[in-house]
Amino acid sequence: MDWIQIGSAALMIGMLVLIFPRVRHAMKNSPKGTTQDWMGFVIPLIAVIGFVVLLVVSVR
Amino acid sequence: MLGNQSVASRPIESVLSTNKVIRSTYQLLSMTLIFSAVMAYVSMSMQASQGMGLVATIVGIVMLWFVLPRTANSASGIPVIFAITGLLGFGIGPMVAYYLAINPSIVMTALGGTGVIFLGLSGYALTTRKDFSFMGGFLMVGMLVVVGASLLNIFMGIPALSLAVSAAVIMLMSGFILYQTSSLINGGETNYIMATASLFLSILNIFTSLLHILGALGGDD
Repeated sequence: MDWIQIGSAALMIGMLVLIFPRVRHAMKNSPKGTTQDWMGFVIPLIAVIGFVVLLVVSVR
Repeated sequence: MLGNQSVASRPIESVLSTNKVIRSTYQLLSMTLIFSAVMAYVSMSMQASQGMGLVATIVGIVMLWFVLPRTANSASGIPVIFAITGLLGFGIGPMVAYYLAINPSIVMTALGGTGVIFLGLSGYALTTRKDFSFMGGFLMVGMLVVVGASLLNIFMGIPALSLAVSAAVIMLMSGFILYQTSSLINGGETNYIMATASLFLSILNIFTSLLHILGALGGDD
């Protein structure tokens, strides 16, 4: 294991430590979305996935 | 609560203030993206090592966590955001140089693809004016899972897991773009420096993940 891996791991651990309280706060305080709200997120997400697949095919 | 009000029912001053924040955010975002690209070019010209890139990224992220929140409400927030985006741009220089050496079209495709994804999602959030605040918990949990999986893969080195993480990062960052843009529209985010930092990180993460996916799946093998 070289120092780049150690540095990367330290960065990830630091991120986990800093993110964790925010995750708990967001989970407690975020409003709940309806099915319609989630559909408004899923549709553009499917478009992004399709676009990425298109990019992969285009560079092959 | 301001975040749950529709734009039409909000006072005109509030709408004007929101429009000013959106305009300032996109202006600052454009400038920081250009500066970051210049720093990535400097990094490639210097033939910076992967280690130098990692150090620049760590310094940039530490500044993002500890310095930016303390300076974002003052004029000193501007040089700080430029320093952070410059360091992060310098940090990705070695990776971009590596992919340019393999196949320059991958870098151009990733760059164009990132632009299309960002503009498409921002346009969607700005035109529909939907409130994506309900996604906060989901996005943060997703972030935790992705960082945990990345940490695990540093030790395990499974290529398929690495690709799965990159794909998850693209989806997660797409969600963050919708969430952050909706937050700007609905008045949830009033600080354009913090909004710029958040959008910049989403764009940078989409670009690096796209580069990784195209580099791995777009080869001739």
